[in-house]
Amino acid sequence: MRRIAALLLLAAGPVLVLGVLFVLPVSGMLAEGFVVDGRLAPGAVIDVLARPRVHRVAWFTVWTSGTATLLAVVLGLPAAYALHRLSLPGRAAVRAALLVPFVLPTVVVGVAFRQLLGEGGPLGFLGLDGTPFAIVCGLVFFNVAVVVRTVGVAWESLDPRPGQAAAALGASPSQVLRTVTLPALRPAIVGAASIVFLFCATAFGIVLTLGGVRHATVETEIYLLTTTVFDLRAAAALSVLQIVVVVGLLALAARLRATPDPTAQRAVTPVRAVRRSDAPVVVATLLVLGAMLLPILTLVAGSLSVGDGWGLDNYRALTTAGDNQALLVPVTTALDTSLRTAVDATWMALLVGVLVSVIVTRRSHSVAERRVRSTLDGLFMLPLGVSAVTLGFGFLITLDQPPLDLRDSPLLVPMAQALVALPLVVRTLTPVLGGIDDRQRQAAASLGASAWRTLLTVDLPVVWKPMLAASGFAFAASLGEFGATSFLARDESPTLPVVIFRLIGHPGEMNYGMALAASVVLAVATAVVMLAVERLRVPGVGAF
Amino acid sequence: MHRPTVRALTTGLAAVLLTSCSLTGGEATDPSTSAPDGGSSPAGEAGGTVVLATHESFNLPKKLVRAFEDETGYTLEVRAAGDAGTLATKLSLTADNPIADAAFGIDNTFASRPLGEGAFAEVATSTTPPEEYALPEGSDRLVAVDSASVCVNVDTAWFDAEGITPPQTLDDLTDPAYADLMVTPGASTSSPGMAFFLATVAEYGDDWQDYWTDLLANGAKVVDGWEDAYYGDFTAGSKTGTRPIVVSYDSSPAFTVADGETTTAALLDTCFRQVEYAGVLAGADNPEGAAALIDWMLTDEVQSALPEAMYVFPVMPGATVPDDWARFAPQPTDPYEVSPEEIAANREQWLTEWTDVISR
Repeated sequence: MRRIAALLLLAAGPVLVLGVLFVLPVSGMLAEGFVVDGRLAPGAVIDVLARPRVHRVAWFTVWTSGTATLLAVVLGLPAAYALHRLSLPGRAAVRAALLVPFVLPTVVVGVAFRQLLGEGGPLGFLGLDGTPFAIVCGLVFFNVAVVVRTVGVAWESLDPRPGQAAAALGASPSQVLRTVTLPALRPAIVGAASIVFLFCATAFGIVLTLGGVRHATVETEIYLLTTTVFDLRAAAALSVLQIVVVVGLLALAARLRATPDPTAQRAVTPVRAVRRSDAPVVVATLLVLGAMLLPILTLVAGSLSVGDGWGLDNYRALTTAGDNQALLVPVTTALDTSLRTAVDATWMALLVGVLVSVIVTRRSHSVAERRVRSTLDGLFMLPLGVSAVTLGFGFLITLDQPPLDLRDSPLLVPMAQALVALPLVVRTLTPVLGGIDDRQRQAAASLGASAWRTLLTVDLPVVWKPMLAASGFAFAASLGEFGATSFLARDESPTLPVVIFRLIGHPGEMNYGMALAASVVLAVATAVVMLAVERLRVPGVGAF
Repeated sequence: MHRPTVRALTTGLAAVLLTSCSLTGGEATDPSTSAPDGGSSPAGEAGGTVVLATHESFNLPKKLVRAFEDETGYTLEVRAAGDAGTLATKLSLTADNPIADAAFGIDNTFASRPLGEGAFAEVATSTTPPEEYALPEGSDRLVAVDSASVCVNVDTAWFDAEGITPPQTLDDLTDPAYADLMVTPGASTSSPGMAFFLATVAEYGDDWQDYWTDLLANGAKVVDGWEDAYYGDFTAGSKTGTRPIVVSYDSSPAFTVADGETTTAALLDTCFRQVEYAGVLAGADNPEGAAALIDWMLTDEVQSALPEAMYVFPVMPGATVPDDWARFAPQPTDPYEVSPEEIAANREQWLTEWTDVISR
């Protein structure tokens, strides 16, 4: 009991943050639908769930997200291996570049995809425009990076010796992969897959742009019901459905994630040279990269096209306010705002994320304790799976009274972004932290090390690099975040994605070109920051 | 890449990152950014902050805002986020504890929702916009500020090159001569898409489903947003576009001017007029400031700035429009109309039926 009490005390901070920034707003918005004239009226909400349209929408969401998740995992695994275990030339740059889709505004990517797939585009003959398959392609494009990064980081710290031992005993490479490597990576793969699924299931802009208006998902339907139709009851019903499905999925994921061998050693293994036998993996990686590059190239080409020729005019215009003063601030200022906000969101997400990861990965001594830990683990994944629209409006109606009068606070934007980035941090760190043999800590403690010293000498060296990866990830997620930000952004300091959305929403050829150029700038800024972050080292921990 | 270069880059970036390690950065959140320059703020008895809630398309020249602040002593704080529907929902949900003092950007398709929730207080302005823009109900609380009509646009250059006469009316759009040539944003996902849908409701009444069935049978393409339609499919907006008929605005032809001529035209018999309103929020902290703000939005200076800043037409007769607009963007004289009450009463059913028609 004492251990559980201590655990809950440690978890109080993060749980309080989540309670105020997530549970309270969402329940406030649900109450708008459930409470009619001061009385709880769940009947009407349940009626909504019986509508055939709701079933159609729910099924469509599940199958497109499921397919996209599967594809992202299948395509992401070879790339994770090649980019994190093999000494491929330029792999740091490629790893940084892989995060680029993650930050690109969905509107811009949507238009880029449609220029590729549309009737007049180079891939128009495939007839994919407006089909569910186009949606799946878009979702995979945005989410492959999640798999590559979370699984790659775990792969990097995977002890190669069990695999080598199996090989020495006569196992073929595929047997090693199937019986040693994949089981050890399962927590990371399942973790990545559940994040990808949640991202897909709550995707908004990409579904609308690529699917046309014929295909609705739960998320787009909640948006439509809340803002256009103002049927809060139906919106609440769908939000509840969403939460139930997400909780079920997280429970399943937690079960699948359980490490088969909790004593598996974690160590940072050096990358090895590419051998001839790596050819299939390298080729697969190159194919994935090529496919990801195509929409980006369309975008870059668009940004460089001026009239009938090519030029840098769109880039030069970025310091101005655009054609006909479309913008209140130049794109350069917005980039500055974006970077500052992202720094804030990143430290917030890291602070809470590291704490949560440490809490959920410590060895449990009883069933009850393990349950508390895994519940906490799932709880912090929830914000990814719940509609940004519900959360956004919830902020307005619940955080409007002192002491929680946050709705006018400039910190609300980084806080909302941190909430989105938090699961990425937790899912990157937990597989690695969970893999540290607890006996190492015990040994350190028995040699007289304090809890702090144990953390610094045992956990930190292993977790340092994943932590950098996680912070880069959080930073990128925050830079590209649009849903919550556009809802909350204040006009004096819009972030770059908000500005891009504004540019593309206004007529004027220059504005469109500028939107593309600004997206390229955002992409390059992200890649460069990622590259820099990955090069940071802990002084004194030079082992890798 | 050379190592030293990489190191220099890394160090430089780290420095940039560390210096920006403040809570969302210095000047950006400094409240004095929106205060009048020169420190001679007359803020005193009449002063204070006026908070304006609006949608993301809001934009007015800084010079005019400064003049307003200097003249009245108020400091204007703009909170712009989300689209018009989001704004209407925000105001309706926070009717008992308003998020601002004044609101701008509620249009005639969304007006009845916040009005019904009691979000707006009565307001008396020193000037009144022409009667034609006033709401049938709630004109004591919402004041017209600008108008923009959604019209079918055609790429006249494309039609000239093909030697086909462009369509004129909604009926023409179902003519097989124009098969597979049209693209429109969806009514459920886009505000101009909704306006075009309302035009068809105004024209065909209860038979609008038949019209849409014919329209789709004639190959009309429905996409998500205006930007998809215009930049993705419209021949005059996109290099890879294949459709020379698009749902856009009456002002759009002013943005396709080449060599002193516009290459597109708005079909003025297909228009639905959207009027945007401003109002003082009920329970506002600064109702006087909010009223002064609305008065200011009706001045000739602000009204004349609207076209370039927000792509809309002014409503006050004293305002002027840019030359390109005057030459290339005539406004419809007799646009289609559907009353806000009728829209509010039927919106959900219409959208459900419309979605069914287009998913068939």
